[in-house]
Amino acid sequence: MYARWVLTALLVWPVVAALVVLVLPARRAKHVALAASLVEFAISVPLWWTFVPAQGMQFLLDAPWIARWGIRYTVGLDGISLFMVLLTTFLVPLSVLGSYQYITTRERGFYFAMLVLTTGMIGVFVALDLFLFYVMWEVMLIPMYFIIGVWGGERRLYAAIKFFVYTFFGSLLMLVAILALVYLVAQRTGVYSFSYAHLTGHIAGLGTLAFWLFAAFFLAFAIKVPMFPFHTWLPDAHVEAPTAGSVLLAGVLLKMGTYGFLRFALPLFPTVALHPAVQRVIVALSLIGILYGGLVAMVQPDFKKLIAYSSVAHLGFVMLGIWALTLQSVQGALLVMINHGISTGALFFLAGMLYERRHSRLIEAFGGIAKVVPMLAAVLTIVSLSSIGLPATNGFVGEFLILVGSFRTHPLAVIIATAGVVVAAMYLLPALQRVIFNPLDKSVNAKLADLSLREVAVLVPLLACIIWIGVYPKPILQRIEPSARALVESVRIDAMSATAVR
Amino acid sequence: MSLDLASSRDLLRALLPELALTLAGMVLLLVIAWRHRTAADLRVAGWVTLAGFAAAGAAVWWLWWHTARAIGAPAMIAVDDFRFVADWLLLGTAGLTVLVSFDYLERERLLAPEYYALLLFATLGMMLMVGAGDLMVVFLGLELMSVAVYALAGINRHSAAAAEAALKYFLLGAFASGFLLYGIALVYGATATTNLSQIGVQVRTLGLEGSPMLLIGLALLLVGFGFKVAAVPFHMWAPDVYDGSPTPVTGYMATAVKAAAFAALLRVLDEAFGRVPTWHQLVWWLAVATMVVGNLVALVQRTVKRMLAYSSIAHAGYLLVAVAAGTSAGSAAFLFYLAAYTLTTLAAFALLAAKGRDGERDVRIDDLAGLGARRPWLAFALAVCMLSLLGFPATAGFIGKWYILVAATTAGQLPLAAILVLTSVISAGYYLPVIMAMYMQPEPFEQAHSGMRLGRLAGAVVAVSVAGLLFLGIRPNRLLELATTSGATLGAAPAVTTTAPTSPMPTGR
Repeated sequence: MYARWVLTALLVWPVVAALVVLVLPARRAKHVALAASLVEFAISVPLWWTFVPAQGMQFLLDAPWIARWGIRYTVGLDGISLFMVLLTTFLVPLSVLGSYQYITTRERGFYFAMLVLTTGMIGVFVALDLFLFYVMWEVMLIPMYFIIGVWGGERRLYAAIKFFVYTFFGSLLMLVAILALVYLVAQRTGVYSFSYAHLTGHIAGLGTLAFWLFAAFFLAFAIKVPMFPFHTWLPDAHVEAPTAGSVLLAGVLLKMGTYGFLRFALPLFPTVALHPAVQRVIVALSLIGILYGGLVAMVQPDFKKLIAYSSVAHLGFVMLGIWALTLQSVQGALLVMINHGISTGALFFLAGMLYERRHSRLIEAFGGIAKVVPMLAAVLTIVSLSSIGLPATNGFVGEFLILVGSFRTHPLAVIIATAGVVVAAMYLLPALQRVIFNPLDKSVNAKLADLSLREVAVLVPLLACIIWIGVYPKPILQRIEPSARALVESVRIDAMSATAVR
Repeated sequence: MSLDLASSRDLLRALLPELALTLAGMVLLLVIAWRHRTAADLRVAGWVTLAGFAAAGAAVWWLWWHTARAIGAPAMIAVDDFRFVADWLLLGTAGLTVLVSFDYLERERLLAPEYYALLLFATLGMMLMVGAGDLMVVFLGLELMSVAVYALAGINRHSAAAAEAALKYFLLGAFASGFLLYGIALVYGATATTNLSQIGVQVRTLGLEGSPMLLIGLALLLVGFGFKVAAVPFHMWAPDVYDGSPTPVTGYMATAVKAAAFAALLRVLDEAFGRVPTWHQLVWWLAVATMVVGNLVALVQRTVKRMLAYSSIAHAGYLLVAVAAGTSAGSAAFLFYLAAYTLTTLAAFALLAAKGRDGERDVRIDDLAGLGARRPWLAFALAVCMLSLLGFPATAGFIGKWYILVAATTAGQLPLAAILVLTSVISAGYYLPVIMAMYMQPEPFEQAHSGMRLGRLAGAVVAVSVAGLLFLGIRPNRLLELATTSGATLGAAPAVTTTAPTSPMPTGR
């Protein structure tokens, strides 16, 4: 019962709650949204125990949708998507709680958008039909567009349309690629189907067209990740979005790109993905992302922008781990995806809290506030250290696994990427110093309020995860491992057999 | 039900919808001969027109229900599901236009019941066009439609813009008719017949695929149709005419006129020129030019009405992609897209009509600022329309675009599909600003939207359209089924066989 309906419930419940939010009075909106997202989280929590690592795809539900086109409503979960779903349901209630004071206008609309966004995000992670995946991928765009465009900062219109057009551009090309892929597979198998299992089972013999199809998928996902040089929408969107928007954007939406690579681009086009030239280019872009993101973050006067560029660097690590394609590196990539959601999410929360106090995002607006707001300063320090990747925090485990795993296949890349870890310290630590240490030279900062109870409630779960994953990541890695192993092996075998046939 | 069109009884049966509509037209003319003074008279005329459309629709349904098919020698008219579904589309469009017009005509003081008579006869012409089995009937229907629409464009005699629109439309339309007629003459010269299926037979048996006379005739036909559907480079008239006409008429022109011309074009190309591969090339280029130019020029428009005019040109380009596919999947995609596009465009123009005054020419996109906060339902409806035009998932526009892409990819037209999606990205640049203005910009001044009034009937039209758009976006199955089966009845002979082997695609046959 639970296994069969849980994913559908996770998809339907937020929409129902969103409609309820719309009809209730505006002052109730945030409470209802918080309650609804907590229920959503509660529905998802048993996944952690009922998930059987060795079993592959589970919690499957399959029903016909548009039969004439071979479109079905198919959802399922494996070790790769499990934590993406849990991360989403974990971050949404925190984001809602974190918006309690930030969002003061048109609250109903905001929480409506947040809840619809939840459905879209979870839909992307559980869809096992390419049509359903595409629909969810696009549907999630609209609420985020509104969240940035309506409740964002000064340049919100520019940021919103840039975010929309970049993503839309990539995804439409992916749409054509999906159609072409389905058609090509149908020509040889006689079954016209968008089912993920069917398509991955019959990928041999796409020929040279496979490269172009891969390119279309790559573009869609690379824009979303975002990989250098497709990252330019990210700083604008992050800076202009309200706190909750930034948190979900960094915490979940970026992961859709890397998830797309793991779930679709690699298994569907193994020969292209393992082609040395393609690999070289992508690994090089990942390295550029790591170093470039770090270096640019170093010179940002705006705290949110700094975090945004640090995301480019972190996602560069993830991409490196994915494309190195060893068990450890993929595990590490997945772990960094989770960690980045937690740490960067926490950083954006903190940036938002600082902004609510001073109405400035500039680093130089602060200084020496450790004495005034000791709790906030302590949390900011811990979170920054985890983002840098200090041992005993979550950041360390993931990056370490990626570096170890990739060394076997790409030693040179690992040497360069390790420099990226140092760069991370070079942008975050000075920023930390300028915000909370240094002398308290601005009188306005002397009267800042420390964390309220609500803010503590937002940050404590995140801190707990940071420490927990840093010290004892085994339960997570255990659940990831079989799926990661299956992915790595199937891609390598498919690529080998395809080459052998040729 | 098999109809032998050589016998007059069966011919009358096959023409039942057209006859019913003609009868309604007569009644309407009699009614307005006596009652043409007050607003109440106007409403009576409107309801009579609606009744006529309903009767014609029922007649179409009767033929469709009995799966009427023509047997025997090729005749002047075609009897197939493609015609029936196209008829429904046209009648539905016309009916919704009447409903939107009730309030509009009274508000704009256009107390001319002839408006409805013209609408009715234009629709009759369209039904003839989509049911034509002979180039002469195509021409007849086209002229009947065009003359009525010329007059409709200029129905507002107090507006200089409307007069300009009507004159422009008339001059260029007459020109286009000349092209069409000349094309028909040349085709007749090459094949000694004007019957569509006979032309196909003659081309096959006499090996006329490369005959210069036939090809020039075909090219002229394409020019004539290109004018009517406003395909680039024959689109110059469209923005000015759309801009100057009363808004419900603009909506009608952007949907029904286009739909009828497209349906006739599709039938002519499929049945008569299925064996002549040249038209694929021509339509290919027409489609690309129309999509690119329509979308790019729409990008720089500031007023909503002109933006929608160019957007309708862009959509003609998308429809041409379905035509260029030249398969029954293409015909089916065409029907579905047309339904989605029609619903969306009618609702959008109805909303625009509610916002504006005096022809709505000066409603700028920025004038919609703050509508989301002030009139949430109207803003929501317009937002859904914009997203559907953009082809966003969960709206009917997406399913339509998807179907066209399916048709294009299965016909081996990957580049065309890629161009379609790239131009769609451009279109985000002018649909989204409407949404942005409504939701993300503050109201320019207090009471900026107080004059906006959507009549009860027009409101119902919008509500039904928007609900339909959302429903079809999620559950398109029934309409898809209808479009697919009826699209397959067009052109018994398959179009030019592409290199692709027999596909397991849902082509419907």
